[in-house]
Amino acid sequence: MRAGAEASVAPRRNERPAFALLGEEGLRQCLRRMHLVRRFEEAAEQSYIRGLIHGTMHLSIGQEASAVGAVAALRPDDYILSTHRGHGHCIAKGADPRFMFAEFFGKDTGYCRGRGGSMHIADVAGGNLGANGIVGGGLPIAVGVGLSAKMRRSGQVCMVFFGDGASNEGAFHEALNLAAIWKLPVVFVCENNKYGMSMSTARSMPVANVADRAAAYAMPGVIVDGNDLLAVVEAADEACARARRGEGPSLLECKTYRLRGHSKSDRNLYRTKEEIEAWRARDPIARLRDALVEAGRLDAVEAEAIEASAAAEIEAAVEFARTSPDPDPAQLERDVYA
Amino acid sequence: MPDTTLPATRELSYAEAIREALAQAMEADPRVFTLGEDIGVYGGAFGVTGDLVHRFGEERVIDTPISELGIAGAAVGAAITGMRPVLEFQFSDFVTLAMEQIVNQAAKIRFMFGGKASVPMVVRMPAGSGTGAAAQHSQSLEAWFAHVPGLKVVQPSTPHDAKGLLLAAIDDPNPVLIFEHKLLYKTKGHVPAEPYRVPIGTAVTRRAGSTATVVATSIMVHRALEAAEALAPEGIDAEVIDLRSLRPIDTAAIEASARRTGRLLVVHEGVRTLGIGAEIAAHVAGSEAFDFLDAPIMRLGGRDAPLPYNPVLEKAAVPQVPDIVAALRSLAAGG
Repeated sequence: MRAGAEASVAPRRNERPAFALLGEEGLRQCLRRMHLVRRFEEAAEQSYIRGLIHGTMHLSIGQEASAVGAVAALRPDDYILSTHRGHGHCIAKGADPRFMFAEFFGKDTGYCRGRGGSMHIADVAGGNLGANGIVGGGLPIAVGVGLSAKMRRSGQVCMVFFGDGASNEGAFHEALNLAAIWKLPVVFVCENNKYGMSMSTARSMPVANVADRAAAYAMPGVIVDGNDLLAVVEAADEACARARRGEGPSLLECKTYRLRGHSKSDRNLYRTKEEIEAWRARDPIARLRDALVEAGRLDAVEAEAIEASAAAEIEAAVEFARTSPDPDPAQLERDVYA
Repeated sequence: MPDTTLPATRELSYAEAIREALAQAMEADPRVFTLGEDIGVYGGAFGVTGDLVHRFGEERVIDTPISELGIAGAAVGAAITGMRPVLEFQFSDFVTLAMEQIVNQAAKIRFMFGGKASVPMVVRMPAGSGTGAAAQHSQSLEAWFAHVPGLKVVQPSTPHDAKGLLLAAIDDPNPVLIFEHKLLYKTKGHVPAEPYRVPIGTAVTRRAGSTATVVATSIMVHRALEAAEALAPEGIDAEVIDLRSLRPIDTAAIEASARRTGRLLVVHEGVRTLGIGAEIAAHVAGSEAFDFLDAPIMRLGGRDAPLPYNPVLEKAAVPQVPDIVAALRSLAAGG
């Protein structure tokens, strides 16, 4: 999408640089993907409440701009590594919600044939090397993906998502150090939603920002409003460009907020209703839609059509998943080699 | 009575055999590279990589900072995106710092992603006691990993197998952990010059015998052979099987031998309690071979204690030749 700055999108005075970076189609696609993420997760929540699925899930409702915006700066052959709160990253990278929902339902048609579930959705062919059930688990892997891209001289970038909580893991520090000394094409994207489960960043970190930690690894540490898709795109684009120039990794911190609890067990005992409501008012989807309408890039009718088409796609995806076959227990050991 | 038909032998040390395998794999396949702590100009803590950095350059023989978790992840990430990393941990004890990447990531990715990715990485680790390095540099942790579906675990006991198992591991599309015994690095043996593979998952009979079967791993193979020779004049004729691979495990070879001899002793350096010997004993006890046993199955393994520093204590902590001799005598007399 980065390459999609069509001639029709001439830069206008005082316009956000992301408009030119994404182009007309790219902007619409971002809005649509944010709707897809939101609808996917709302449908997932509904499916859970209705008893259609078991297991757990981690919803990113409210964080759609950081996922969709950061991935919008990538090329199709670039890689991402995602987290336990990864539905947004997966859709942003172009995954088919039908196969995602099928995985969520544990069906044989799912991305992982029902072996992974919500926390392990991967679309390897699409460059999504997987969500991860271990906090910080993807960070050291990103070093290897970046190393591989560099050794193969492929020009690819690896973007790895993680949360504020993961920045307190040793894996974070080892990964940033290695990527920095080897000047690897890795973009570290921290989605700081203020809480590692119930532990606030104010209690878990002695520094104010995760980005402050970049200084220890001599890489740029950029703070961005994670609920402003355009700002995320701009910052991610610069980090990717730096990676492709061979100048090494960057740390991008998207300040955002998860409107839902950590998982289904969360009773929100560690934060206030007022705080949640204040962030609800900063909804990233409405914000992008309003920005596009205000800039004359989209009218209200088009905006509604985009939302409706995303809703229809998710509805069809749920139906696909619901009617898909379960895996055959006789095939349990199919991918076991030792 | 010199036998002039003996094949010409080519002697290499265990360490040299590993280095030769690495070099041949890197020559044959540009995807193969190796990374680890002090494996470059230093040549590796045990001298295994030696001059490889001068032959293949710093881009393929990568010296890393002391970041075991990070470099394990680097191997996982490179492996899932088309490379063939061979990772060296300086001591197998240090794998404890990298458990997350090996157990949660490398072992699970292929299965967890529905077979749509694989992790062709190799981890080489110097293991075992006998060097006076005490409790944090002497362990034999291979059974931990053999307990994890998704990890292949091998223990070469000879220079020949050190080369052949490493080349097989590099070819393998899945993660393979190689536990190399520190005391074996300088031992010499015949190693063919050309590349060859020793299939992972196959045991080999090192000494044929009829009185009892000894299943041994790593350095215990040599101790078992010594014990068998010492007992031969007494009419105790032990068969010694070198297990070579813990996962997958060659249960067929163990069962077949146990049926033939009717007596089974398992010897390994790792702690006996909940060790690989327990798995082998349980397997045989639950198999048809059980009907052919004339005596209870015996196990020798490391004592239930951290490895001590004092050399007398250190030797006492793991099976030695006299322990195997005594066990075999008892086994032969039993039943």
